[in-house]
Amino acid sequence: MSAPMQGPVMRHLAVAVVTVVAVVAAAVAPFAPAAQAQSRSIVLASTTSTEQSGLFAHLLPRFRASTGIDVRVVAVGTGQALDLGRRGDADVVLVHDRPAEDRFLAEGHATRRLDVMYNDFILVGPSADPARTSSAGTVMEAFRRIRQAEHAFVSRGDRSGTHAAELRLWELAGIDIQQARGAWYRDTGTGMGPALNIAAAMDAYLLADRGTWIAFRNRQGLRIVLEGDARLKNRYGIMRVNPARHPHVKALEAQQFIDWLCSDAGQRVIADYRIEGEQLFFPEAAR
Amino acid sequence: MERDVSLPAASHRPAPEAAQAAAPLSPPPALVLERLGYARAGQVIIDDVSVVLNGTARTLILGPNGAGKSVLMRLCHGLLVPTSGSLRWEPARPVRQAMVFQRPVVLRRSVLANVTYALHLAGVPRRRRRAQAFDALERVGLAGLASRAADLLSGGERQRLALARAWALAPEVLFLDEPTANLDPASTAAVERIAMAIHAAGTRIVMSTHNLGQARRLAGDIVFIDQGRVIEHVPAPRFFAAPGSMNARRYLEAELP
Amino acid sequence: MNDIGLALRQALSMLVTLDPSLVGVVLLSLQVSLGAVLIAAIAGAPLGAVLAICHFPGRRPLVVIFNALMGLPPVMVGLFVYVLLSRAGPLGPLGLLFTPRAMVIAQALLVWPIVVALSRQAVEDLWIEYAEALRSLGARWWHAVPTLLWDARHALITVLLAGFGRAIAEVGAVMIVGGNIDGVTRVMTTSIALETSKGNLAFAMALGFVLLALVVLLNALAFTIRQRTMPHGT
Repeated sequence: MSAPMQGPVMRHLAVAVVTVVAVVAAAVAPFAPAAQAQSRSIVLASTTSTEQSGLFAHLLPRFRASTGIDVRVVAVGTGQALDLGRRGDADVVLVHDRPAEDRFLAEGHATRRLDVMYNDFILVGPSADPARTSSAGTVMEAFRRIRQAEHAFVSRGDRSGTHAAELRLWELAGIDIQQARGAWYRDTGTGMGPALNIAAAMDAYLLADRGTWIAFRNRQGLRIVLEGDARLKNRYGIMRVNPARHPHVKALEAQQFIDWLCSDAGQRVIADYRIEGEQLFFPEAAR
Repeated sequence: MERDVSLPAASHRPAPEAAQAAAPLSPPPALVLERLGYARAGQVIIDDVSVVLNGTARTLILGPNGAGKSVLMRLCHGLLVPTSGSLRWEPARPVRQAMVFQRPVVLRRSVLANVTYALHLAGVPRRRRRAQAFDALERVGLAGLASRAADLLSGGERQRLALARAWALAPEVLFLDEPTANLDPASTAAVERIAMAIHAAGTRIVMSTHNLGQARRLAGDIVFIDQGRVIEHVPAPRFFAAPGSMNARRYLEAELP
Repeated sequence: MNDIGLALRQALSMLVTLDPSLVGVVLLSLQVSLGAVLIAAIAGAPLGAVLAICHFPGRRPLVVIFNALMGLPPVMVGLFVYVLLSRAGPLGPLGLLFTPRAMVIAQALLVWPIVVALSRQAVEDLWIEYAEALRSLGARWWHAVPTLLWDARHALITVLLAGFGRAIAEVGAVMIVGGNIDGVTRVMTTSIALETSKGNLAFAMALGFVLLALVVLLNALAFTIRQRTMPHGT
């Protein structure tokens, strides 16, 4: 009798086995090194504005070089970032909505908040500025004029720091936005970038942070229509998630990161970050 | 076909040691059907059938289309459960049996693997399967195609493979349900030759057919059924010479030889 | 139009130069989605086969449920897995959130019903043909399941491809449970979402073209395997 198993069946089997082995290897390979590195990494919950401005890509490799600690950034809105901290899913939060940060402190999820840096919000709108916001003088007056003209206005609507700032400005302008909102007020529920994309597509006004705006590449007909009002200051605060509340928080590494960020070295790195010669963030740590 | 019936307990599974024997040694137990009935969706398909099949006979089941031949064979083989009456083996013991269908089912694997698969299910130890499978393939003339993908075989070759798969199990009883209905004359002749050889090795054959010539060539005895009832069960020469019933006479006249 | 041309050129240059950050993202995408499909296949195909051939109380509702779950929104799966893996959730102590493993788990959950429902269909078609012969040979359901899965292997390759297509293309689940962390959990789709938010439309689209090329390549590979292992054309 010949050896019939050398036939196609054997070959098919070989193909199947090789495929399965390759797939398993590919599936399992990436996770081994990731597990090793875990002990020297922390999770930083932060805002889309800082991530999308490119600051972290500039900052974190330098921190890593000096400490060996890997910082993993989960970029979401300020509200969601604080929620990640509340559930214990982040070690550090870096956000920009002071009232929300104070609530976080009061709830005991962190014990201390530190100023890190600031930049400013800007009012962005169509080049033609149909609501004449450029000549408004103050951001409150500009908001009133947009409301008056009922010109399209894009709101983040996502509980982010920028959204919270926008809502405060409406209030300061004496406008109850819940009542005044109409078809002109577009509540988009998106991050800063998508909101800018939407505003660009429909020639709308919106409140943006300067960092994201400078790094943003799809401006189309948009430009800054109003800036420099003291009310537009945008402060970033940093907090370590309270290890007493969330025991698995990597307290040591988290504190190292906060200390470095507020040190001269860290503050210099923040000040050094520029896009096309423009400085995006201004250090503000208490010395 | 019978998708609503869950898998039955394999009461007819061959005893592993016995299946290794090349051929049965003693005649199989008699298959006794008593007032057997089968109905589906309120329609009676097999009605009050009482028949005894014994020895190593070659029984041919004849009858017009829709008479219930296939259902009767499936009841005998255990693929269907009777809705009335009883069916038993005497003396009662597990009986090695196999069935070959009108449309041969081949698994999507090599010809050889089709046979070793059946041996595996029959409990034959791994080291013996290959040799036994080859043996069976040689007996049906398919040894040369052993490594071929079975779904590439022609219709006749598929049916021979199904026969080899059945034969490899050394069944005491083999059911053949119109095994040549879709085959050309050469393939039909091959299937008949193989059926005779299996019978010669000591297996009881129960077969249905539409081909009267085939019935004349193969039959030891004839079970003639019509509308789910057994009309007569007589030795083949007597059936063809002088059918005892009007129905059978009419059937013989109408069917082409 | 201009953007699309730019995107195509950019995609081409990324592929030609094998941009290392792109390679990392592509590899992670492949590893996560292939891992998910593998898990879903191991957990799903046998279950699909059992649903195809075994008749037990509650089978029909199960079939309907798995069929319906094929349309599960990825973001919902992501949310579900997030709540499970969050430190405050039942599996929190495992520390899996924001890791590739979490993404594999989420995508496996997403693909599992697809594998179950489609392999049930494939096996059921074959079972119609095989049932009597297998039962005649004395096969019980635990014999029939592996037999049918093996014999339906060509159909199952297509099933797994469908699952893989779903996994590699989804963004909602991996975004939530992976967090889109640069160099750790950033995959093709979350990169595309990120670049789109940054207004880098051409770059985002270029990434999309790379993703598309990858999926086409994998399908071609599967097609070739099918062709080579199949005795006849179908």
